[in-house]
Amino acid sequence: MSTIDALSLERLAVGELADASLTIHAGEVHCLSGPSGSGKSRLLRAVADLEPHGGQVWLGDIAQSSLPAHAWRAKVMLVPAESQWWAERVGEHMPRPSDTDLEALGFTPEVLDWQVARLSSGEKQRLALLRAISREPAALLLDEPTANLDDATTRRIETWLSQRIRERGWPVIWVAHNPDQIARVAQRHWRIAGSELIEVAAWM
Amino acid sequence: MDVIALAWWQLALAALMVVALAGCTAVARLGMGRSLLIAASRTVIQLALIGLVLEALFASARLYWVALMALAMLLIAGREVMARQRRRLLGGWAFGIGTVAMFLSSFSVTVLTLTLIIGPEPWYRPQYAIPLLGMMLGNTMTGVALAMDRLTDTAWRQRAAIENRLMLGEPWQQAVGDIRREAMRSGLMPMINAMAAAGVVSLPGMMTGQILAGTSPGLAVKYQILIMFTITLGTGFGTLAAVAAGSRRLFDDRQRLRLDRLSRPRG
Repeated sequence: MSTIDALSLERLAVGELADASLTIHAGEVHCLSGPSGSGKSRLLRAVADLEPHGGQVWLGDIAQSSLPAHAWRAKVMLVPAESQWWAERVGEHMPRPSDTDLEALGFTPEVLDWQVARLSSGEKQRLALLRAISREPAALLLDEPTANLDDATTRRIETWLSQRIRERGWPVIWVAHNPDQIARVAQRHWRIAGSELIEVAAWM
Repeated sequence: MDVIALAWWQLALAALMVVALAGCTAVARLGMGRSLLIAASRTVIQLALIGLVLEALFASARLYWVALMALAMLLIAGREVMARQRRRLLGGWAFGIGTVAMFLSSFSVTVLTLTLIIGPEPWYRPQYAIPLLGMMLGNTMTGVALAMDRLTDTAWRQRAAIENRLMLGEPWQQAVGDIRREAMRSGLMPMINAMAAAGVVSLPGMMTGQILAGTSPGLAVKYQILIMFTITLGTGFGTLAAVAAGSRRLFDDRQRLRLDRLSRPRG
């Protein structure tokens, strides 16, 4: 078990967003919402250092700029809304995941032998989550992780993810639209409004 | 000299036949008569000019004239490499990387071949140095241009996959590794094909020329083998260097994929 660290954004500036500061403690989920085009995905990309940005991001006392970029991204892992698969078979994209995780996501171990071309968008989305956590990151950035899933599967994935997040103590930024989902998974909820991050009170 | 001299009027006869061909294509409405004639005239003018330059060069045989000629050839080849890429690196990098890669590979292989293998006296004797370098550059240019074009074009098409691999914590070398290998392969392929087909499907131009000029086929074959090998070396190392430098340039110091460093294709 690795030491559990908080993820902090310090005066992060990317695109329209001018001065985003927040701290996500270990095991906490902060949801992020806002109209499309408001820069949610860009914010996540900046936290993963895939986009030039101002300000600093900290994982515990490690600054983003103090690590080689690939080492930072291996710790602070972004799961994009649309995952990409470059090799022929699913199993070539990840270290072998545990059977319990596979089962929780509704797969059998045979899925690792499946051809990528056969996957539906929902299967890709679930496997992308599995692929990310099987690399054992220290924090997660999730961009609409249940966008292509039906309600039952969404609930199942939420439960599984929340459990893993508590177990491993990952700080998580989760981009979501659905207020019910936000209420279920998030401890705090932020909205991008123009150049600012505004906290949405839980009772609203 | 046992090669039969050609007079200009004899060439005019061949030119007349090209004009006849242009006439036929015009009748068949291929719309190529004009470009055929322009290309044929360019051949005459360009080769006549280079003939004059080479005559002068051979007569003087000074190192600095040979070097100047080599530099001019290199710069033209560099420009050509740049022009053949659909999405090229901006800010002079497309020209720079192509030219430096060709310089490193073609020039060092040519100089090594001249000094260690053929050994003319002096080593820069233009009769040997200029044709050798010309064949090297011509082929290296094709290889480098193909490889760079493949690299930038594939990186553009597969940008989402490259970025996803970066997100998973892969270093840039690994994220672009498949594309890099693919690009290197496409640069090396023409030479491998040419070597495999040499003598069976096609009689290489230089060997044919030497045989026409009265060299014994045995010696012409030896020269041809030497040339094929040196061209392959030049193309190979040039391609590897260009793709290595070009793929590095696709990423910044935080290993972000920077496709804004590529030009948009025209048209």
